[in-house]
Amino acid sequence: MASEGERSRTSAAEIVFRNVTKRYPGGRPAAVSDLSLVIPAGEICVLVGPSGGGKTTAMKMVNRLIEITEGDIFIDGQSVRSLDVIELRRRIGYVIQHVGLFPHMNAADNIATVPRLLGWSKTRIHERVRELLELVGLDSEHDGSRYPGQLSGGQQQRVGLARAMAADPSVMLMDEPFGAIDPITRERLQDEFLRLHREFRKTVIFVTHDIDEAIKMGDRIAILREGGVLAQYDTPDAILAGPADDFVARFVGADRSLKRLALKQLSDIELVPVPNGDRPPLPRVADSMTLRDALACMLGEGTRELVVVDKEDRAVGLCSVDQVAALLASPVTKVSE
Amino acid sequence: MNPLPSLMLAAGSPPVIPNYGGPPGGKHGCIARNGTFCWGWVKMHWGDILQPRLLEHLQLTAIAVGIGFALAFAMALLAHRKRWFETPFGTFSAFLYTIPSLALFQLLVPFTGLTVVTIEIGLVGYTLLILFRNTLEGLRSAPPDVLEAARGMGLTRTQTLRRIELPLALPAISAGLRIAVVTTISLATVAAYITPLGLGQPIFYGLQTDFTTEFVATGALAIALAIAADVVLVVAQRLLTPWARGGRLRT
Repeated sequence: MASEGERSRTSAAEIVFRNVTKRYPGGRPAAVSDLSLVIPAGEICVLVGPSGGGKTTAMKMVNRLIEITEGDIFIDGQSVRSLDVIELRRRIGYVIQHVGLFPHMNAADNIATVPRLLGWSKTRIHERVRELLELVGLDSEHDGSRYPGQLSGGQQQRVGLARAMAADPSVMLMDEPFGAIDPITRERLQDEFLRLHREFRKTVIFVTHDIDEAIKMGDRIAILREGGVLAQYDTPDAILAGPADDFVARFVGADRSLKRLALKQLSDIELVPVPNGDRPPLPRVADSMTLRDALACMLGEGTRELVVVDKEDRAVGLCSVDQVAALLASPVTKVSE
Repeated sequence: MNPLPSLMLAAGSPPVIPNYGGPPGGKHGCIARNGTFCWGWVKMHWGDILQPRLLEHLQLTAIAVGIGFALAFAMALLAHRKRWFETPFGTFSAFLYTIPSLALFQLLVPFTGLTVVTIEIGLVGYTLLILFRNTLEGLRSAPPDVLEAARGMGLTRTQTLRRIELPLALPAISAGLRIAVVTTISLATVAAYITPLGLGQPIFYGLQTDFTTEFVATGALAIALAIAADVVLVVAQRLLTPWARGGRLRT
């Protein structure tokens, strides 16, 4: 991890929405109503909700693709309204659902767009492009010279991600970035993005309409309802454990307990020690399994207990149905500070 | 172009077989017999008739398309920025396009005389519609998500135009140029009606004298020029738009 400090030149920035309202002319109801949020630096905040919930509108007010009607948004204490709009946008990474790669530029030139606008030197741009292509899992020799039309949907979104990260912005806005990608590739991209984020710790605003994606990606989730009213803003675990109202409960789904179990792995909980020398005739599962999958496994195998093993296949403890049920009754865990 | 032969025939009293060169009979019997197409005549007059007229024709076309493109391009940029401008200029260029070519040349003569200016004004007028329409359509062809990404990344309007919209307009612009060049090459033959320039001149002459080789050879040259110009433009477009060659490498 020696390169980590070197790579993340810009530190993440805190984003604050203060009583932000967006109203379009013509007297229609507000798209976003009096939205106040504090997104701590380096966290992923997912804006989620049904269509008409104003989540994309709320996001686009950060880089002023949509102008704020009332209230203000602050990035590291600076009001976005006080900044030059072009400069503001160049400091913010922007990823959209249909990627929007420039069809007439190859992948490398697409990625180099903002660094070029910022007047970086040729060698620095070249180095940065190579680094980013590798970072997002593309071949810098081969894929860099390809045009978007020659890339698959998943590869295009990787290039889109690299392009958004090119000038090392402290804030990234992602508008349903994996929405148009097949489920298997989507899951891989989600995992890779989370891995990248652990390394780079940018402040991310991520818009989706998919609650499962929100739970998976978000350090915090803001659930918006019709008219851009904030229904609840909390960690995924807290929202699943205690939905603020019926709307949130319906939105997260009747299986919210199971979704909550999916947030934890067997290695995260305290297991019952295996009796010495004993090798109980129970199913053995890896400690990287989620509690949700462990529960499904027990139900499927018709047993009330599992042996949890580590990477070397050593039994590290037992997990039981009762233990899982007891966990659901326990208070929510807060985001690690 | 059809009413021209009779018109021209009435205009003068041409020699029986003009420019026929060599002696009657003998090696060039074809010319004396006024055969449909005599290679001998073509070889004999390549240097003094065909090649100079071909170059003049090329020049007439290049100037017309050059000026027409500059005008249409500027107007398309304006219409791209200011939507309201599309209808007035579009209507104006469409109106020009509907005027029969001979009538247009005739209308201009009182102002600009029997000069090359008259010809060029007419030819430019006919290129405007296609070049304006295609350039504007090309500028508007950038997909909405591409434009949104550009805006979100902090490109100014001018940068978006230069770096995104113009390159993406190239295929449509080049398609317009191809049509404009080919139609101008064809139309420029009519220009000889005003002043003896270009391939139209030997065609009219040939038609007046019933000497078939002259207008067959010249007509063939005009067609060859049009095809060659089209090929050059296609090749240029392919070199300029390498991204538009289809997804052969798609994985």
